[in-house]
Amino acid sequence: MGMTIAEKIIAAAAGKSCVRAGDIETVTLDYMMSNDGTTHLTIDMYNKLVSPHISDKDKLIWIVDHNVPSDSVKTAASHKKMRDFARENDITLWEGRGVCHQIMMEHYVCPGQLIFGADSHTCAYGALGAFGTGVGCTDYLYAMVTGQSWLLVPPTLRFNLHGQLRDGVCARDLILSIIKMISASGASYKAMEFGGDGLASLSIADRICICNLCVEAGAKTGLMEVDDKALAYLEERGRVPKQVFAPDADASYEQVYEIDLEDIVPVVAKPHFVDNVVPASECRDVKIDEAFLGSCSNGRIEDLRAGAKVIKGRKVAPKVRFLVVPASKEVYIQAAEEGLLEIFMEAGAIVMNPNCSVCWGSCQGVIGAGETLISTGTRNFKGRAGSPDSFVYLASAPTVTASAVMGRIATADQL
Amino acid sequence: MGKVFRFGKDVDTDQIIASQYLLYPTIDEMKAHTFESLDKGFSSRVNEGDFVVAAENFGCGSSREQAPAVLKALGVKAVIAKSFARIFFRNAINIGLPVIVCGELYDIVSDGDEIELDMDEGCIKTCGRDIACTKLPPKMQEILNQGGLIASLNREV
Repeated sequence: MGMTIAEKIIAAAAGKSCVRAGDIETVTLDYMMSNDGTTHLTIDMYNKLVSPHISDKDKLIWIVDHNVPSDSVKTAASHKKMRDFARENDITLWEGRGVCHQIMMEHYVCPGQLIFGADSHTCAYGALGAFGTGVGCTDYLYAMVTGQSWLLVPPTLRFNLHGQLRDGVCARDLILSIIKMISASGASYKAMEFGGDGLASLSIADRICICNLCVEAGAKTGLMEVDDKALAYLEERGRVPKQVFAPDADASYEQVYEIDLEDIVPVVAKPHFVDNVVPASECRDVKIDEAFLGSCSNGRIEDLRAGAKVIKGRKVAPKVRFLVVPASKEVYIQAAEEGLLEIFMEAGAIVMNPNCSVCWGSCQGVIGAGETLISTGTRNFKGRAGSPDSFVYLASAPTVTASAVMGRIATADQL
Repeated sequence: MGKVFRFGKDVDTDQIIASQYLLYPTIDEMKAHTFESLDKGFSSRVNEGDFVVAAENFGCGSSREQAPAVLKALGVKAVIAKSFARIFFRNAINIGLPVIVCGELYDIVSDGDEIELDMDEGCIKTCGRDIACTKLPPKMQEILNQGGLIASLNREV
């Protein structure tokens, strides 16, 4: 019996020739990423250890992205703790240069790696064929000290993609449609593996968006088959795969889904659950107060181009705030060079520094009671973007931008 | 015996502890805001030894370990749900907060009911009834028995 991609990566990390779903394995990690959401707590726990030490500092990547620049004295103290510890222990620290997962994709992630991130959206790394999974700070600390952890080998759900998405339909629409199909817990404890002839039509940005949101179906990780497009992305950035793993033809899947990409339409996830997904056309009466284009899901150059194409020559609706937040400094500079930031600003958008922004509800742009946000962020939970009495709709970059122009939920073809 | 605080399905970690409190310096400073969006008085009404009971997919969403940590800091003895999201489940075990899978309990208890949990036997007593619950996998039970992953790490080194 063959193995899935997830099984092959875990087997390699466990130094075994074969593992099976349900096995518990001790694995050696390639990278451990942590951000300012929890690192201050990790440091406090580290300092209380009987024998504190770091297994391999070069595998630790720390990124200040959630509340950057700091918004309060308490946040500043947590950031300072992280900064000081990183300096004293010679740990690589990125600050203000982008959302953690985008920095990881731009600079570190390689096919075949096993990566822990103290952030649930670490599953995004599967876009480049790496097994990324989110952990809490205790798991992180254990890995930081020992270089290892234990993993339950997940069963895999296989998604065969066919054809290509129609014009105006995005990867975001695809993954939200899949989450609706299998539900917010449909992939709980499982890996979601993507391949098929339709994969070739998806950009790396599309693949990151898809893998990134797999955790919203409860998945342990999302994994794409590695193709020439993924290898070209790595080569451009001077990286080489650790190992490219393709699933075996006789790999054992818990379930196989055949997805025709042409069937996907623009959708939105309505409050307060990510699987509460309906066609965007059903939400045309929903008025919005704020729109957000950014985050680790959809803050890449491709998303900004899609948004700029929609809003060029148009204006943000009166009384609507439109926040545009490039996912990294690299994206920001490229967007400036391509004239995209100018297009957004001329239309009346607020262009902000790379950070997690309103996606996580504790940064600039949070919304008040009774307000409605349409967002390319990751979640629409109650209170996720500010007041517990506010409403968040999730959608693609073109739908969010078209909504900013119309002042109500709209798709780009309605402008 | 402890009192039941009953919540629904897909309770996400943002509801357990919202983002705006996560960068507070300590768990003790965050815990007053536990379940703020769902039950504003929770942190003042919950007592040492009480239980959180929920339906499916408890703790979905973010990997914030602050979520199980504030529950533990408030004295919650265990979270008993029909099912859990995986990161929350793992984080809870790692910090020594018991998480119990039980398909039946949610549908037969109400807010404020008294229940008793016997983890060794895998059994919950309520309203004169004994309800079986799922035992933890041995690896996780071992971490829990040692008082969490860090206690276990301190023993290893």
